[in-house]
Amino acid sequence: MHVAFCAAVLFFLMAPILVIVPLSFNAEPYFTFTEGMLRLDPEAWSLRWYREIATSDVWRSALVNSLVIGTAATALATFLGTLAALGLSSPNMPARRFLMGFLVSPLVTPVIISAAGMFFFYSRMGLGQTHLGLILAHAALGTPFVVITVTATLTAYNTTLNRAAASLGAGPLRTFTRVQLPLIAPGVLSGALFAFATSFDEVVVVLFLGGVEQNTIPRQMWAGIREEISPAILAVATFLIVFAAALLLTVGWLRRRAAGTG
Amino acid sequence: MPRGRNWRPQLRAAGLALPLVAFVGVTFVAPLATMFSRSVYDAVVADALPETLALLEGWDGESAPGEDVFAAAARELMEAQEERVIGQVAGRVNRVQGGMRSIVAVTGRRLAAAPDGSWRETFLGIDPAWGEAGTWHAVRTAGERYTSRHYLAAVDLRRLPDGSIARQDEDRRIYLRLFARTFLVSLSITGLCLLFGYPLAHFIAHAPPRRAGLLLALVLVPFWTSLLVRTTSWIVLLQGQGVINDILVALGLVSDDGRLALIYNMTGTFVAMTHVLLPFMVLPLYSVMRGIPRSHMDAAASLGAGPAQGFLRVYWPQTLPGVGAGSLLVFILAIGYYITPALVGGSTGQLISNMVAYHMQTSLNWGLASALGAIILACVIGLYLLYERLAGTEGVRVA
Repeated sequence: MHVAFCAAVLFFLMAPILVIVPLSFNAEPYFTFTEGMLRLDPEAWSLRWYREIATSDVWRSALVNSLVIGTAATALATFLGTLAALGLSSPNMPARRFLMGFLVSPLVTPVIISAAGMFFFYSRMGLGQTHLGLILAHAALGTPFVVITVTATLTAYNTTLNRAAASLGAGPLRTFTRVQLPLIAPGVLSGALFAFATSFDEVVVVLFLGGVEQNTIPRQMWAGIREEISPAILAVATFLIVFAAALLLTVGWLRRRAAGTG
Repeated sequence: MPRGRNWRPQLRAAGLALPLVAFVGVTFVAPLATMFSRSVYDAVVADALPETLALLEGWDGESAPGEDVFAAAARELMEAQEERVIGQVAGRVNRVQGGMRSIVAVTGRRLAAAPDGSWRETFLGIDPAWGEAGTWHAVRTAGERYTSRHYLAAVDLRRLPDGSIARQDEDRRIYLRLFARTFLVSLSITGLCLLFGYPLAHFIAHAPPRRAGLLLALVLVPFWTSLLVRTTSWIVLLQGQGVINDILVALGLVSDDGRLALIYNMTGTFVAMTHVLLPFMVLPLYSVMRGIPRSHMDAAASLGAGPAQGFLRVYWPQTLPGVGAGSLLVFILAIGYYITPALVGGSTGQLISNMVAYHMQTSLNWGLASALGAIILACVIGLYLLYERLAGTEGVRVA
């Protein structure tokens, strides 16, 4: 009984994701299984939609935009977030609880409200419809993940190592880069992956802040769902599912590493 | 020198956090703050009609104002027409009193340099509404720089000309109902997630390690998969010509022209949101349940408790922190949800966040959008503080 119920819930979780994959090989422009597909007729299956996205300029530029914005936002978020996490983990940090709340606010705020606020402010600063504006906005949305994961990793970090390094003559910077950073690297990396995944899947801020030049993959999918619905977005979706699985495996691997060294 | 504390470590810690605090302050908190200032501050009408509004201060409010007010209004409306802000002014006054948009716009267009008789007669010649006190009340209200009218509008209230507050007309009451709907939907989705998530989390938490890892992956893959992908999946499954309807037709359960409307309505919003939010319930529950040793239940059994009693008295109480954290997390996320209802909710499955987007992008009533946003954010922050007490700032670790 219990097992059957859990199987049903897991089916509910996974089936919608798995159904996309075979449908993306549909030879016809439909969103459902054709009779030919059910008969496993090879004619009914094709790479048509994959060819379409591979040769489409729109999707290619969307991918480039997503990668550029995601990478830059992640780099910024990871650098600032790691620094802040180091400060927040120090027992000497004043107003720690308040600052933590302040720094995770982008995570808690509903994204439509963030996007609306950014729309006014960024346009007035001349950052509307620019890559830089989106990079800053996505970095802001990604920093809470870095702060949270790195702070969590640092609770397991043994600070006597810092004193040991200092006693051996290393300055603070050297201690950080040679001793502390390698040990907390799994936490930093998984925070960075979270930040990247956030940017890579973010659509609302892009809709409000971005122009045609800032078309990203989620924005193109949004347009695809709302307007010219074509199975090409199922091919993109399949690609994103594979990407999600790869991210998941990487984060799991990093977590095991962190557990091993922590 | 006083023997004070040594402040250097504090300064160093604060110095490390400072860049991010400044960054989040400028790129995130300042935008929100300027947006919320819009919900109480609006200078469009005040800047366009300064003299008219100043003269209206001395007006008795009972009948149409004197010739001096009409003269000032004529000059300033013509100026507004010239500077092309008349449309904005008309829109603002229209929000206070329906129907004013065209009156103000037409007046701005038809006023000429010299009056036709008196300015008063000229105005009344363009539209007799200018002879009514209500019209000038609307202008005066729209001219307030600092205003509570967006917040009043956001909870279906309005200010009457005499300054008292009344409920919006029956057919214009939409927001309270929408807030209530959002609240109920979020609560139901939280309940559903708990119903589905609790047994699943329990099953995974107490499965043998290898199998547990595999099962957990089945929860994490959807969690990591793009939201738009998951929403697309539900469109594929639920639409009229979609997979589920096809199966039902093939099984003969529904006729081909009686296909069920499973999407672009509240059903679609419900199903897709439950699917998206379920992992947020399972993960905190799982991390709490994993910490409960099996021996507790064995001990309960050995003391004579049946499975039901053992569960209710021993197991369930220990999972309450996870239940609380998971439920609050799902509820917080549901209350501010935008993307999924916008894509699969049709016209009946919209939530309050979609109204913020509507006023941002379509009606361009930014003051009201900001007020609605501020109310949602206040709810979310309140719930988050509760969540933080339950789960700590690091949260129950997700993924």
